[in-house]
Amino acid sequence: MRPIRHAILGAALAAFAGAAAAQGIDDPTRGAYYDAFKGKTVAYVPVAMGFDLTEGWAMGLREALEPLGVTFEVRDPNWNTNAGAQAITSLISEKPDVIVVHNPDVQSYARLLKKAEEAGIYVVQVNMRSSYSTDVFVGADYVGMGRQIGERLVEVCSPKNGGSGKIAITQGVLTAAASVYQMKGINDVLAEHPEIQLVSNQAADWDATKAKNIAATVIQQNPDLCAITGFWDVMDVGTAAAIKESGKNVYLLTQGGGNQSACDGLENGTYSEVVVYNVPGQARDMANAIKQLFQLKPEPGSMKTTLFTQLEFLTKDNMKPGSCWSLPGQ
Amino acid sequence: MRVFGRLSQEQIVFGLAVLLTIGFALTLPGFLTANNLLNLVRSVSILGILGVAMGLVVIGRGIDLSLVALMAISVAWALQLAAGGYPLWLALALGLGFSLAVGMINGWLIAYVEIPAIFATLAMGAAIYGFGRYFMFSLDVLYMSDNARPLEALGQGSLFGVPAPIYLFAAVCLVTYLFLRYTAQGRYLRAVGDNLQTARITGAPVRPIIVLQYMISSLIGFVAGLVTAASVASMNTRVANSTMVYDVILVVVLGGIGLSGGRGGVRNVVVGTLLIGVLLNGMTIMDIQYTVQNVIKGVILLAAIVIDTLLNPRDEQTAQQGDI
Repeated sequence: MRPIRHAILGAALAAFAGAAAAQGIDDPTRGAYYDAFKGKTVAYVPVAMGFDLTEGWAMGLREALEPLGVTFEVRDPNWNTNAGAQAITSLISEKPDVIVVHNPDVQSYARLLKKAEEAGIYVVQVNMRSSYSTDVFVGADYVGMGRQIGERLVEVCSPKNGGSGKIAITQGVLTAAASVYQMKGINDVLAEHPEIQLVSNQAADWDATKAKNIAATVIQQNPDLCAITGFWDVMDVGTAAAIKESGKNVYLLTQGGGNQSACDGLENGTYSEVVVYNVPGQARDMANAIKQLFQLKPEPGSMKTTLFTQLEFLTKDNMKPGSCWSLPGQ
Repeated sequence: MRVFGRLSQEQIVFGLAVLLTIGFALTLPGFLTANNLLNLVRSVSILGILGVAMGLVVIGRGIDLSLVALMAISVAWALQLAAGGYPLWLALALGLGFSLAVGMINGWLIAYVEIPAIFATLAMGAAIYGFGRYFMFSLDVLYMSDNARPLEALGQGSLFGVPAPIYLFAAVCLVTYLFLRYTAQGRYLRAVGDNLQTARITGAPVRPIIVLQYMISSLIGFVAGLVTAASVASMNTRVANSTMVYDVILVVVLGGIGLSGGRGGVRNVVVGTLLIGVLLNGMTIMDIQYTVQNVIKGVILLAAIVIDTLLNPRDEQTAQQGDI
C-alpha cells in the first residue's frame, strides 16, 4: 500500500504546485519593498539648479524615486552659500527622511550636516565632499582623478614623447572640493616628473570669460605651451576660444558630467579630451543608496559608505553615439 | 605737493598705469610685445564697453546696477531664440528690444516715479535675472547654436591682426564721445547731471533725457553682451550675480568720473580700463594666485583714490552733495 499512498500524495502535491504556478507566486520581498518608501521625503540642496550636473542629478533621482511614492523636493540656493545653509537649517526642523547635498566647499555645511544626522535625517553627499563624512558619498574620487589627469598630461607633454613639457591649470574656485583634492593628485604626479613644468595655475571662478583671458595670456607668454587642463567643460569653452584664436596647437584636457555638449565639443574640436563622471550613473548610485537606507533603516550617521564614480577618458576617437547624455529639451 | 596740485585723478591713474607698464616691461619678459599688448586690451575691452555705458549714466548723475544682469539675460535670451529656430536677425532684434524696453522702464521709474537710481536699478537687476531664469530659459549657461555662428566674428575675429573686441570698444568710445560732445541730447545729459534744477529752468527736457540715458546704457550693454557671448561661444548668466557690476563702477570712478555727476568723459573710462588691464595682465603673467590678485588690485585702487583725495581735496560742492 505504501508506494500507492506515496504516489497519490505525490500526484496531489504536483497538482497543487501546478495550480500555484498557474496563478503565480507572490514575491515575498515585494510588499516590504514598496512599504519601505511610503510617505518618505527626499530633499535636494545643490549649489544651484540650472546647469547640466545638478539638473541631471535631479532628473535621475526624480525618475528613480517618484514612481515609488517618494516625495522629491528641490531647494535651490542659486550659488549663495548662506541661502544653502539656511535651506539645510530649515530642513533639519522640517525633518525629511533624506537630504541630498552638493557642497559648495569643504567647510561651509560641515556642522549642519552633522546636526542633520543627529536629528535623524540620512545625509547623502554628491560629487563635492564636505570635510564631515555622512551616510553616503557619491562622486568622483578627485584625488585619484587628479593623479590620472597628471599622468595623462605627462604622457601627452613629456619631452620624451616630443612635447615641450609646459602645462597650465585652470581651476574653478580654489576652496571647492573638486579643486582642492584634484590639485593634491596632480601635484603628487608632477613631483615625480621634474621634466614637466607648471607655468600657470589660476582660478577662473567657473566663468568662461575669465578662463579665456587667463588662457590667452598664458599662451602669449609661453608660445610652446603643450597642454591646459581645466576643471569644468562649461568653463573651458573660454579656454578653447583662447587656444583657437592663438592658432597654436595646445592640448585641452577638461572634465565634466558627460553632457551632450561635451561630446559636441569633442566632435568639433573644442576639447581634445574630456574626463567624464557619468551624471545619470551618479544619480542611480544615489537612488540605490537611498533605497538601501530605507530598507535597512540603520541609525543615521552609523554607517559611512563611499561610492566613487567610474571615470571615462573620452576623446574624439573613442567616443560612441551613446557616450553622452542630454536633458529633456536639449 | 604744489607741483602736482593741478593733476586730475585721470592723470594720476594714467600715470600709475604708465608706471606699472614700465615696471612690468622691465621685469617681465614678453610683456612689452605687440601681441601681449593687444591681448591686454582685448581682455578688458568688454569691461571697457560696459564702463562707457556706466560712465554715461554716472555723468547724468545716475547709476545703473542692472547693467550686467540686463546684458546677460537679454543676450542669453537672443541665443536661446536663435537655438530654437528663429532667424538670427530676429532673435537679436527681440533681444535688443527687450534690453531697450527694460532700459526705458528703468528711466521711467527714475525720471517720473522719482525713485533713486541706485534702488530702482538694484531691484531691476534682481528682477530681470529672476524673470529670465524662470520664464525665458532654464539653464544658466547658454551655448551659441550653429545658426548664431556668424556672430562669433564679433568676439573671435580679427582685422589687420587686431582682435574684433578692440574695434568694438573703440567704436563705442568714439560714438559716445561724439554724442556727448556734439549732440544737443548729449549736452543736456551733462547739464542734467551737473545740476538738475538749473537744467530744468534753462528749459532742458530733463525727464526724457534721463529716460534716454538709461536706454543708451542698455543698448551699449547689449553690445557688450554680444561681444562676451561671441568671444566664448556661450553666455554665462551667472555673471548677473557676480561682482562684475562693481568692477565696472570701479573703472568709471577710478578713471575720474565723479559719482556726483556732470564731470568727466569717455577718456576717463579708457584710462581706468587700461590700469585694470595692465594690472590683470601683469599678475596673470607672474602667475599670482587669484585671491592674492584681488588683494593687490584692491590696494592699488585704494592708493589711487587716496592720492586723489590728497591732491584734490573736496570742494564745497561735493561736500554738500555727497558722492552719490
